[in-house]
Amino acid sequence: MTKGHQQVDHNIDIAPGDEHLEGGGISQRVLGYLIGLGLAILLTATSFFIAGTDLVWQPSIPVALVVLAIAQMGVHLVFFLHITTGADNTNNILALAFGVLIVMLVIGGSLWIMANLNHNMMPMDLLMQMQR
Amino acid sequence: MADTTMAYADSDPHHVRGALEYSGPASKRIVTGYGFWIFILSDMVMFSAFFATYAVLLGQTAGGPGGRQLFDLPNVAIETGFLLASSFTCGLATIAADARNKFWFQISMAVTCLLGLAFLTIEGREFASLVARGAGPTRSAFLSAFFTLVGCHGLHVSGGILWLLTMMAQVFAKGFRADIQRRILCFALFWHALDIIWIAVFTVVYLLGSAA
Repeated sequence: MTKGHQQVDHNIDIAPGDEHLEGGGISQRVLGYLIGLGLAILLTATSFFIAGTDLVWQPSIPVALVVLAIAQMGVHLVFFLHITTGADNTNNILALAFGVLIVMLVIGGSLWIMANLNHNMMPMDLLMQMQR
Repeated sequence: MADTTMAYADSDPHHVRGALEYSGPASKRIVTGYGFWIFILSDMVMFSAFFATYAVLLGQTAGGPGGRQLFDLPNVAIETGFLLASSFTCGLATIAADARNKFWFQISMAVTCLLGLAFLTIEGREFASLVARGAGPTRSAFLSAFFTLVGCHGLHVSGGILWLLTMMAQVFAKGFRADIQRRILCFALFWHALDIIWIAVFTVVYLLGSAA
């Protein structure tokens, strides 16, 4: 009975960073980290290459860089922090989603407000004349 | 009693109903790891404020040098490689800790430490050369934001290295006790999170900053 409960308990939740292991040995886990490292290197190299290239339409470069960065964060979350969509990770995912929401609000809100202020502000030389 | 448990397990192989039943409090490892996960997320919220500041002040160079003149991208690429490799070796240390293998744990942590120190050395030299060129944090709002954001990440890495050395010493002295294992879990979370923040740093600060 006790053993059964422990088993059930183990299946409800898992600590963030812990891997859900199903029979995979050490080599399997090392392989997981190697795949993550390979993908991360690939994405990083693409970022640095694309930042300095003139092969693509220039205004697309910032967008591409942001997309590559978000993709690489995803790779790190999945392969290094082992955040999955499994039922045992629900709490970890919910906390992460809330963190992402706050980060988006802070960054998006700041940029939006400051761009508006910048847009509505009187040109600096006019402002100086008024103060005289 | 054993029979009912068995029958129950067979009828519900994925423990869908088990999840609805009360099965006692979560284990200490889950509680500790989850609490530290919340801390890491709040740390990322703090970093997001610094990122927002940097993005807003990107053009405010006060007539001084901007990102394009200051940043040495090949240098940053090497820095990034060191931190990425250290994240990988930190993962190897986690595996070694789970396997309770002291030798590979200490080796992996030592390599992680060296890679982290190499990262900090490159960053320190970059900061020193910027200050020497008259582009210190007092030069313009852009540079203040730059030094605050990148310096804050560097401080986190420095703190992480102190923690890393503490964990090496604790495993050496006390072995893989349950409480030490929980600290290793938290340290690994912290180190991987630093690498995630660095992705945002090299993208926003260096790559987008030198394009603007």
